[in-house]
Amino acid sequence: MAERMSGSGLSRRAWLKVGALMGGGLVLSLVLPSHAEPVAEAPDADSEGPAPPVGDVNARVAPNAWIRIHGDGRIQLTLARSEMGQGVMTSLPMLLAEELEVGLDQIQIEPAGVAPVYGNPLLGEQATGGGTSTREAWDKLREAGAVARVLMISAAAAIWGVPESECRARRASVHHVDGTRSLSYGELASRASELPVPPTVALKTKGDWTLIGTSQRRLDTPGKVRGTAGFGLDTRLPGMLFATIERCPVIGSRVESWRAGAAKAVPGVVDVLAVRHGIAVVADSTWAALVGRERLVVECRPKSDPGLDSERLRARLRAGLTGRAAVALKEGDVSLALASSAQAIEAVYALPFQAHACMEPMNCTADVRPDGCDIHVPTQAQSAALETARRVTGLPSERIAVHTTFLGGGYGRRREQDFVLDAVELSMMLKRPVQVIWTREDDLQHDYYRPMTLHRLRGGLDAEGHPSAWFHRIVGPSVLSRRDPARVRDGLDPLMLGGAAELPYRIPHRRLEYRRSDSPVSVGLWRGEGYSHNCFVTECFLDELARAAGQDPLVMRQRLLAESPRHRRLLERIAERSAWHGPLTAGVGRGLALIEAFGSLLAVVAEVSVEAGRPSVRRVVCVVDSGQLVNPDAVRAQIEGGVVFGLSATLKGEITLRDGRVEQSGFGDYPLPRFDEMPEVEVTFMESDEAPGGVSGLATPAIAPAVANALSALQGTPIRSLPIRLA
Amino acid sequence: MITFTLNGEPRELDLDPNQPLLWVLRDHLGLTGTKYGCGQGECGACIVLLDNEPVNACSTPLAAVRERSVTTIEGLSRDGRHPLQLAWIIEEVPQCGYCQSGQIMMAAGLLAKHPRPTEEQIDAAMSQVLCRCGTYGRIRRAIHRAASPEVKGG
Repeated sequence: MAERMSGSGLSRRAWLKVGALMGGGLVLSLVLPSHAEPVAEAPDADSEGPAPPVGDVNARVAPNAWIRIHGDGRIQLTLARSEMGQGVMTSLPMLLAEELEVGLDQIQIEPAGVAPVYGNPLLGEQATGGGTSTREAWDKLREAGAVARVLMISAAAAIWGVPESECRARRASVHHVDGTRSLSYGELASRASELPVPPTVALKTKGDWTLIGTSQRRLDTPGKVRGTAGFGLDTRLPGMLFATIERCPVIGSRVESWRAGAAKAVPGVVDVLAVRHGIAVVADSTWAALVGRERLVVECRPKSDPGLDSERLRARLRAGLTGRAAVALKEGDVSLALASSAQAIEAVYALPFQAHACMEPMNCTADVRPDGCDIHVPTQAQSAALETARRVTGLPSERIAVHTTFLGGGYGRRREQDFVLDAVELSMMLKRPVQVIWTREDDLQHDYYRPMTLHRLRGGLDAEGHPSAWFHRIVGPSVLSRRDPARVRDGLDPLMLGGAAELPYRIPHRRLEYRRSDSPVSVGLWRGEGYSHNCFVTECFLDELARAAGQDPLVMRQRLLAESPRHRRLLERIAERSAWHGPLTAGVGRGLALIEAFGSLLAVVAEVSVEAGRPSVRRVVCVVDSGQLVNPDAVRAQIEGGVVFGLSATLKGEITLRDGRVEQSGFGDYPLPRFDEMPEVEVTFMESDEAPGGVSGLATPAIAPAVANALSALQGTPIRSLPIRLA
Repeated sequence: MITFTLNGEPRELDLDPNQPLLWVLRDHLGLTGTKYGCGQGECGACIVLLDNEPVNACSTPLAAVRERSVTTIEGLSRDGRHPLQLAWIIEEVPQCGYCQSGQIMMAAGLLAKHPRPTEEQIDAAMSQVLCRCGTYGRIRRAIHRAASPEVKGG
């Protein structure tokens, strides 16, 4: 292996390393200087040669490539994030390709293995979520692409004996300015792999971009319209068995006894086994496993838990609306400001549990052998999947490979590891590859739900009708205490506070409190995270204050954002796009919401009417400021889709508990918005040179208050709970 | 023994006639383009055409396809360039993509019956297939595109 190490001088996070590919070619890798003993990637088909001598900490690192340019001209770019619909399979390679000067039609995408250099520092693990992918990759991948481009130019210049300044890279070739000579990257790769990494490289300027900021066709689309894209459940391994697990329906209950005779008699059923999460029926086809499961007799204890129902859980949260609480934020003196305000109002808001309901139910396929383990899984969290397998099998990390399939939806659910554990455990017991499939019922009843929360708000208006005091108490369980307990400090769970702490508005006296109130119901990350409940509450309450003050809600927000030009421009644009100050059709209400999250801003106006006693969202206007757009049409799609996802929690289903079990079991009792309920969604982007922000979780939180505010405006009464049910 | 036509080819299967077509396709015939979403006939991820009529493969026993013709996403076109597939690509419809086989097959059934469908006909058909990512607006545009003769050739 040709070892040419250098700090790139550009990236403080990583060192770039260039090496030779076996069989001729160049590989550009990143090495984390902080990782003296990184987890080695399992060697792959085109392994970059024997391990370098021990002693050189950086050189000991296994190949952690971002770019591979083969002597035969193939160019492979690594994708280290999960494609779950948000478009990273296209937008992240765009960052590499832009600086590398290759077309998206000239590259192959290679999914990353598990390695520290593929980690996501914004999430603290190798994972995808929270609108972090583009933000995290923005500098890193462009730098990697630029270094490889400079190496190609240097190699060509050396071959031709001309100055580098006379060479231009374009579409995977270097051309001399005299127009007579060019060499392809494939032809240059071996020579380039012998060059030192340049200490500094200049990134292209915005005016020279040919990919970034242009809508590129998504690379995953053709497979998705032909039925050939491989999702988790499409994994097929030789000798693979299919398994489904009967879980005790009552939360916290355990299997007391089970009878498998009838299940085992089903043709195709191979075995029935007790596993961590219940009783597994294993068969040679999914159908046989499902039929076997129906014949299974499982007794659980306790059989019911009358104390665990939605009404009682809500009552427990209600008790937390008063009494002590942790203080998350304190500015000025809210009590004094409220007492001296010209007008004070108070409201309690309520949100229920929500499921993720990914269209592809949870699943995982594992092949555990004595010498290693392969996991094929639609996961948002590769390093956690590897760790799960390591703990279950006892195999060393370097013998475990995680193969990320396409994800049939993620929305935070696939950061969890329960389904990985199922498959690894079963494959280990059966010594065969096993695919574990969750039914829709399993998926809805054993989720890590968006938590049920209650909120108390108090607001004060001064004599001019300006909001002078803002009090917000959040009551709900901790999401982070299970995932990352060290980050829960002083009784505060930052994930529960998202959007409530960083209110964009300038209000002189503010206090934010959090009262943790856990229950046995599992809770987790949901699209938009804490913003998905807090944004509903804060944006609706602001409208309540505006109504109390007799002010236009948009004008009140403009006043509260007088010192924030970026927000003010956004509001001006939404007023114009939605014709906010224009006339409205009779029977239609208009509502506004603003969100600042994940490094982006969004203003939404919803137009809502009431049809046959039910809210009908007719039109949604969005103005987005998410900094520099990488693949604008993919961002547009995230906003459109985020609106629909948010409408499910605004108008459609909720997860409820009765006698200790989740009541919903399918799309009949957990309805999602359907095609004929889709509003017209218009998306406008603000021009911006800021670094890209996250967008996947942006529209989901904001649509709920926009719709609620529209209905409140129409009906004159505030809406304080979701999903919206009109009396 | 059950004989039927699958994607234009004759098939003969010796399987439990009660087994839903979905699992026959996915587990026995290796056609994984048809998706499992709910198994309750409520989401439409498993829509295939049975004699040109869209049906939920999860709720269609193998016995029901005897001597009939089944078309799955794999058999919609020989080269992946059915007008609907092209329109889906041009309109950049899919996000996660999991439901899209069902969406496209439902749309194919719609266009087989109504080559120039009205908004109401599109609503009635497509409301049977759920999309969690919220691609409905683009699906509507893609159906209109595929249904216009001027773009049909792609």
